[in-house]
Amino acid sequence: MTAQILYAFITIIVGVGGCFGYFYGSNWLLDRVLPADASNDASAVRNLKLQAMIRPWLFLGPALLLLTVYLIYPVIETIWLSFHGKAGEDFVGLSNYVWAFSDAQFRQSIFNNLMWLLVVPAACTFFGLIIAVLTDRIWWGNLARSLIFLPLAISFVGASVIWKFVYDYRGEGQEQIGILNAIITYFGGDPQVWISLPFWNNFFLMVILIWIQTGFAAVILGAALRGIPEDTLEAATIDGAGPFKIFYRIMVPQIMGTIIVVWTTITVLVLKVFDIVLTMTNGQWNTQVLANLMFDWMFRGGGDFGRGAAIAIVIMIAVLPIMIWNIRQANAEQGGH
Amino acid sequence: MFKKISLEPSRFALHFAVLVIIILWTLPTAGLLISSLRDKNQLAASGWWTALTSADRNQVGRMKGKADQGEKDGKFVIEGNLFEGADAVSGKVSAFGTKVQNPGANPAGSTVELEGGQTLTVNADGTYVLTSPTAFENDRGGRVFYISSQPPRFTVENYETVLFSQGIGRSFVNSLTVTIPATIIPILIAAFAAYALAWMKLPFRGLIIAIIVGLLVVPLQMSLIPLLKLYNAAGTFMGVPSKTYLGIWLAHTGFGLPFAIYLLRSYIAGLPKDLIESAQIDGANDFKIFRRIILPLTFPALASFAIFQFLWVWNDLLVAIVFLGSGDDQLVLTGRLNALLGSRGGNWEILTASAFVTIIVPLTVFFSLQRYFVRGLLAGSVKGG
Repeated sequence: MTAQILYAFITIIVGVGGCFGYFYGSNWLLDRVLPADASNDASAVRNLKLQAMIRPWLFLGPALLLLTVYLIYPVIETIWLSFHGKAGEDFVGLSNYVWAFSDAQFRQSIFNNLMWLLVVPAACTFFGLIIAVLTDRIWWGNLARSLIFLPLAISFVGASVIWKFVYDYRGEGQEQIGILNAIITYFGGDPQVWISLPFWNNFFLMVILIWIQTGFAAVILGAALRGIPEDTLEAATIDGAGPFKIFYRIMVPQIMGTIIVVWTTITVLVLKVFDIVLTMTNGQWNTQVLANLMFDWMFRGGGDFGRGAAIAIVIMIAVLPIMIWNIRQANAEQGGH
Repeated sequence: MFKKISLEPSRFALHFAVLVIIILWTLPTAGLLISSLRDKNQLAASGWWTALTSADRNQVGRMKGKADQGEKDGKFVIEGNLFEGADAVSGKVSAFGTKVQNPGANPAGSTVELEGGQTLTVNADGTYVLTSPTAFENDRGGRVFYISSQPPRFTVENYETVLFSQGIGRSFVNSLTVTIPATIIPILIAAFAAYALAWMKLPFRGLIIAIIVGLLVVPLQMSLIPLLKLYNAAGTFMGVPSKTYLGIWLAHTGFGLPFAIYLLRSYIAGLPKDLIESAQIDGANDFKIFRRIILPLTFPALASFAIFQFLWVWNDLLVAIVFLGSGDDQLVLTGRLNALLGSRGGNWEILTASAFVTIIVPLTVFFSLQRYFVRGLLAGSVKGG
């Protein structure tokens, strides 16, 4: 263990030192090879021009290299693999996709993912908005927001343990130590095994993600709400609009852009949801989702990379519209610069 | 006039509503924390919300056999204490009986007549007296069923157990080993790239930015299989194991870069233009400008990103179980917790304490550096506003 700490420590120094070394070294080299204070003016000007051309790529180099190896190349490779067999050698055409859409588990995952997509972003945005509006009006609002925000720092696995404890089930007649069943039995109901309850168990898993992400929505939307000009709200009040009318007619339309950003951010997160399902049910009791199914196929029976890749592509296709929208949005901003 | 009257109740309703939401939101975590500090027998027997009250528990004890009998006033007597048994949990006896169906038949301190003229007395402190007109003949004594009430007991035993014998302590070190380099390495790389994209003249700048924005939302799942293959090939080629800390540091660096560059670029692009131009006029080249002016001014954004990346890497499960082994020397906290959920599913004293150990670091980071965290969130997502 001490060896490991030492190893980690040395790597930090080597890694960070390496980074510094690269940037210092490459820039020094550039200044050396193409000196800006060259003997005659013509070559000095030329050198400066060349420097200005090369230097950005020195700055960008490591980032572009890492992005290519860890994201761009894998995306292309995954597309290629999805048309190939188990080990990625023989070309099988569309048969991985044909398999997927005839596979009961895959269809179950698609159905579940759609439910997650409908419920979680909507619930997070809705609760986030309400919490943002309410906490904005009280003196201890900051504290309240921090507490609701807090689950965002907790890992999905940790959150799963927390909620598994909430959903804990003991046989009838025994004392329930899970708070949900304790409340149910207190009011005379029968305890339930929540995480294997057909259909509804999906919602009990969604609650975990909603619990985690609502704070995110509340903080972002809260900041947007504070950006609404005071005059607008005052004018509406003078015109006799009630609090609900102000909320729906003025606040919500004013921050629509931010609501969309929050909604899409959580949508992307939902498509990738994996840890919660893995730790709570591992896809049993009809709770499978695409990300967990994909992980399953990566390793199940030695792994089937073709099918795993095909499932990954399906997730990617679902993200694609959001990606395109983001890029257009970013380009529009660029144009405005 | 009307407004003034209605103001008070609505203010009250507002505070009340927020209070209810907060209780709902913090209750699950509070349950975890309280449970992890409870005695493990009490934890298994009653809900954590009863942690402060003493709990009644049905227990069973066995009395001593014939070897321990004595004679007193012409009777044969066996004396002892129910709480001295091997697995008895000490407390206070409130009632006892000799049948399993009815452990609460007699209040503590009373004497009951048994078959053959025997009498049994059990006191609140667990001591009992069994008398008989004839000598006891059984090697093992009879069983007594009793209800004991136990005072609440809080302990850190659960933490000692998980840290030192369930491998959580070791995994904690592994998590730190993964997280610290994976947080530091991307910062510098991203900062240089962000500066180049914000202020330097280069061809394809728009395209590169567009690609980075696109990569922001690429699901990690897309990268797993190709990288696993790449790592296996590289491992075989160089004769080293394919699952190494170096591998996961680079993977987390790669995955974190799009967000890092995006966040830092928008921050650096927002710095005043005059600052950079006047430095250029003074003859400073871009490297100097970056080092002397940009880097110190960008500190808040760097801190935001560092917190994000730290939380992300610390809380990650997927990348860790794909790119690291499951041995003691590589299993990180999230992976260990996931394994414990499978193997110790019912042992809540272990699960709650383990979970709390895994979340305490991110919670501390979060609370101490919340301002930077929120600022990063806002910069990262409130776009198009």
